[in-house]
Amino acid sequence: MTGITGSTALWYASRATGVVTLLLLTAVVVLGILVNRQGRLPGLPGFAVTGLHRNVSLLAVAFLAIHVVTAIADPYVTIGIAATVLPFASPYKPLWLGLGAISLDLVAALILTSLARGRMSRRAWRAIHWLGYAAWPLAVVHSIGSSADARNGLVLGVLVGCVLATAAALAWRLSHAAREVPRAGRAAAALSRMSARKAGL
Amino acid sequence: MTDSLTLPHPAMAHGGPPSGLPGPGLLPGAGTVPVDLRAHLAMYGPLRTPGGRDGLLREVAGAGLTGRGGAAFPVARKLAAAAEARPAPVVVGNGAEGEPASSKDRSLLWLSPHLVLDGLQLAAGAAGSRSAVLYVPRNERLHGRLAGAIAERAAAGMDAARVELVTAPDRFLAGEESALVSRLADRPALPAYRPVRGLPRLASGRPALVQNVETLAHLALIARYGAAWFRKAGTEAEPGTMLATLHLADGRTSVVEVPLGAGLAGLLGLDRGPGPAEAGAAGPDVPSAFGPVQAVLVGGYHGAWLPAAEAAALPLANAALRPLGALVGAGVLAALPADRCGLAETARVVRYLALESAGQCGPCFNGLPRIAAAVGHLAGPRPDPRARADLERWAGLVAGRGACHHPDGSVRFIRSALRVFAAEAGLHEQGQCSGTDPRPFLPVPATSPATEEDWS
Amino acid sequence: MGKQLRVNPVACAGHGACAELLPELIVRDEWGYPIVADQPVPRGLIREARRAVAGCPALALALTRVA
Repeated sequence: MTGITGSTALWYASRATGVVTLLLLTAVVVLGILVNRQGRLPGLPGFAVTGLHRNVSLLAVAFLAIHVVTAIADPYVTIGIAATVLPFASPYKPLWLGLGAISLDLVAALILTSLARGRMSRRAWRAIHWLGYAAWPLAVVHSIGSSADARNGLVLGVLVGCVLATAAALAWRLSHAAREVPRAGRAAAALSRMSARKAGL
Repeated sequence: MTDSLTLPHPAMAHGGPPSGLPGPGLLPGAGTVPVDLRAHLAMYGPLRTPGGRDGLLREVAGAGLTGRGGAAFPVARKLAAAAEARPAPVVVGNGAEGEPASSKDRSLLWLSPHLVLDGLQLAAGAAGSRSAVLYVPRNERLHGRLAGAIAERAAAGMDAARVELVTAPDRFLAGEESALVSRLADRPALPAYRPVRGLPRLASGRPALVQNVETLAHLALIARYGAAWFRKAGTEAEPGTMLATLHLADGRTSVVEVPLGAGLAGLLGLDRGPGPAEAGAAGPDVPSAFGPVQAVLVGGYHGAWLPAAEAAALPLANAALRPLGALVGAGVLAALPADRCGLAETARVVRYLALESAGQCGPCFNGLPRIAAAVGHLAGPRPDPRARADLERWAGLVAGRGACHHPDGSVRFIRSALRVFAAEAGLHEQGQCSGTDPRPFLPVPATSPATEEDWS
Repeated sequence: MGKQLRVNPVACAGHGACAELLPELIVRDEWGYPIVADQPVPRGLIREARRAVAGCPALALALTRVA
């Protein structure tokens, strides 16, 4: 089956903004890992990493909104408004769009809880923020299955790049987590470092 | 038996109420036999609350009872706050006693549980609560004894509030108020950041009225005998008696009930002599009934060292101790024998304090271990001259920058050691040490926490 | 009545964004943790103080009312 069938401007817009949203979500995840690891971007102050993480996520939401609205508005396929948030409620490709709906729900939860961060417990905010690690792969799988675009050329290249970038960032985070001293052992670890160092005096 | 359960020292026990104190004391005169419900009621009489809740609050205010857990907060104010709190608070008796040098709370719980339980019921009544918790050290026999005492009372229909036993982990900070609250919510006993003072709140939002178990025992006696009786002992500003854990110079430990304001010399058997010879750390050792003493630790491991000659002239009262940088605290007094190295003792304790950091606040888990290592160096021969300067810098960086007072208290202890043992430090710089007995004097537990479970 | 900056030391992980955004009142100690000036925030710095509060990834900084 060829990649493009019955094109309309809305359908193009939805696919294009979908790709951009995936790119932005990837950037958000990588930036989030950078914030957590207190990493820096060359030439930028530390607070800019946090600022970028937050602003890029809002930009991602904007593109996500356009992506969803254009998809529903397109008369060529019937998706239905409910299917944007309700998984598997779409008559058209229910599985792949359903995964997108779940991803959207999770992203919405992350954004809303982060905006209301001062009003909720630290523990609850963290628990929901961890769902970001689920939202991203769901978005990737949704991208692959919803449209034939992902199987060729530029879009495939973008997809692969996103996956590689996230995998690299995740590997970096996990390698640190493996070496990190749990809270209860922090003082003991510092003490043994001190003794080892001074022994050389 | 839990290893730190002690008896009144033979030299001090009288086999009856503590001499000079009015009426029956907190600990049974017979020494080590725990008091059952019948004997308890026979000794103290029934638990009456003359004038109901308001009457009790009046008596407690008149008595001037302050907390016996170390902070000395006025009990009447806490009870009044609890009475007004909505919803009705959970009332907690704090017997965790994380301080290794203190044995008074577990002694009280073992020997006079019914006094503590009486006090718990009184506090619950004052707070309008039917929920109480007794927070106790991890010890099977003690737990069994307390469960038995609670059951005895339930069978007699004595208690309006239900009492639950909760065990504290074996940590220095387990008895810290916010750590206790965390433990009550089934989480590890880690201190929390509490910017707003007032009654702490559980995770559910319900407030908690937390009182040391000795405070509750005093409450039980004040309810029976009144404010005037309580004020017969102690001083005007610091009335009543308290339980003190004494570490005498011959190595023996005892728990005794003493009036506030009692002379440290009398408690520790120090000869009063002509008084402090010189100011500062160069004072001579003071002879005592149990051997010569060089310094006295007042207030436990968050307290302060004082030169023996200075201590011998002081009373056990905050009014006299605070201006010298010391405090009554939870009543720990230790007389360091002259043949020990004060710096070595301090280094052992500071290492323990560093390892007992909850590991939550950067300044604490970074600073205390570094300070401990530096003190360790000062306790050795010819320490690096930078160690002292580093230590001072770190002490300044650490105090007041944690969620709890662990760093502050530890710094107080360390600074007092540097003052009092300055002469010893001078000797160490020349490769000498005045200590001839290498045996450890102050009690320091061997185990240190490694995992989250160690805090649960 | 003024406003004071307070750090929640349990939540703080030493990111240092606050010290970058408000160097007039916040410096980092040798381990990266913030030392906040113990004085009310001058009126001219309130806006920067709010940005520092918002910029903390751990939400460990707060601007509180002090009597």
